[in-house]
Amino acid sequence: MPTNSPTLEFKSGSFSVPILILFTDDLKAIGQQLQEKVDLAPEFFKNSPLIFDVQELNKLSRALDIPALVDIIRQSGLLPTGIRGGTTEQNKEALALLIPVYSAHSSTLTSADTQAPKQKIIESESSVNASATIITRPVRSGQRLYASGDLIVLAQVSAGAEIMAEGNIHVYNTLRGRALAGVQGNVDARIFCSDLQAELISIAGNYKISEDMRDVVSKKSVQVYLQGHTLIIKDIV
Amino acid sequence: MTRIIVVTSGKGGVGKTTTSAAIAMGFAKKGHKTAVIDFDVGLRNLDLIMGCERRVVYDIVNVIYGEATLNQALIKDKHCENLYILPASQTRDKDALSQEGVGQILEELAAKDFKYIVCDSPAGIEKGAHLAMYFADDAFVVTNPEVASVRDSDRMLGILASKSRRAEQNLEPIKEYLLLTRYSAERVKIGEMLSVTDVQDILSLHLLGVIPESKSVLTASNSGMPVILDEKSDAGQAYADIVARYLGEDKPHRFIEEKKGIFGKFFGSK
Repeated sequence: MPTNSPTLEFKSGSFSVPILILFTDDLKAIGQQLQEKVDLAPEFFKNSPLIFDVQELNKLSRALDIPALVDIIRQSGLLPTGIRGGTTEQNKEALALLIPVYSAHSSTLTSADTQAPKQKIIESESSVNASATIITRPVRSGQRLYASGDLIVLAQVSAGAEIMAEGNIHVYNTLRGRALAGVQGNVDARIFCSDLQAELISIAGNYKISEDMRDVVSKKSVQVYLQGHTLIIKDIV
Repeated sequence: MTRIIVVTSGKGGVGKTTTSAAIAMGFAKKGHKTAVIDFDVGLRNLDLIMGCERRVVYDIVNVIYGEATLNQALIKDKHCENLYILPASQTRDKDALSQEGVGQILEELAAKDFKYIVCDSPAGIEKGAHLAMYFADDAFVVTNPEVASVRDSDRMLGILASKSRRAEQNLEPIKEYLLLTRYSAERVKIGEMLSVTDVQDILSLHLLGVIPESKSVLTASNSGMPVILDEKSDAGQAYADIVARYLGEDKPHRFIEEKKGIFGKFFGSK
């Protein structure tokens, strides 16, 4: 008898599932400790779903025998229902045992990650207008300077020194150290200096090392700016 | 007013102790009451260069720990009555020094009317070197004309500008002077060595003097006589010039140009 009521429906729901994070590939030890935990609350763990996380292990590049691990988990009365942070090989092995694969990061985390840098960029755009920091003495090897706005150095910056600014960097002398402008992601930041012999220059994370700047003529005023992802070094006439 | 001078470099083996001994003797010979302190605890050398190693009883660590008075530890120099040496301890390490202890010794020396206190810094940028420069008014930065030494000096200048007492208390910064040692005009000419101009270009520092590479330095060290006492040697004369310049005399720089041979002198060639 045909009815109009649907046979099935897909809905999304979220469950809280225990995640087992592994720090060793010693299966014997895993089995032992797992059993100890289960013995503490046998009713709670009985037939409980479990996702096991092998990300930490893979960071140490320790390969784990997935089928053996699944056996051990089942033996302790738990039902493995997912793998997280596995390698392609491990994921394959898990799928062969009908265990679903979960991505290493939860979706809420990734969305927060993408939002954070955007906010920072907005902040730094306003801070370019913040008051400039002026340095009158030489910046020596080993010294680090950070300015939340523009950074103006009226003396030399030695090799081995590092100057950073969220805004622009001006060096009215020889720049031999590292200069990083727009460090919070401001792609409009620029570096100006009257003699470029830097070890490294960077704008918003795009950098050039001294070896790539061999054709830069020393003792000439130049500016450095970003075009796409390329640093352009140009004479200031 | 007492003036505290640190002789420092960052790098080892560039001539800090030789310089300390020479300039301390130079000040004393000019009639100023001078003390020279060895901060290289564990690697004591100044006493050898000053030729007083057989008269060391107490040292700076004993004074800091109250095991001896400053008067007991100060060794009066044989050659000049205005000069006193405070040796380092050979059996301890640099952690035996403390900022308060060093500060107290310097204060006590000032109270004894010492005009110049020369602090011979150990190599490196660790505790010994830090304490040697911490209370300084002036810094003699000893540099060899080679890139590693120049970079280490630059690093040390950064520390002088940021970690000294004067920097921490926002006083007038330490006055920094460049001493270029083991300089060989001949080797500069054939491009084996950085020139005075090169070094000054990198460090942008006031040049107090150039000390030529000289056999007399080693001879002086081995005999326990500060090289400044060897008035015939070029290194001795260079140190005498440096002392005079520091004290305000106008002395033209020497030893920067290659020595002219007898023909050069005749024909005035350049």
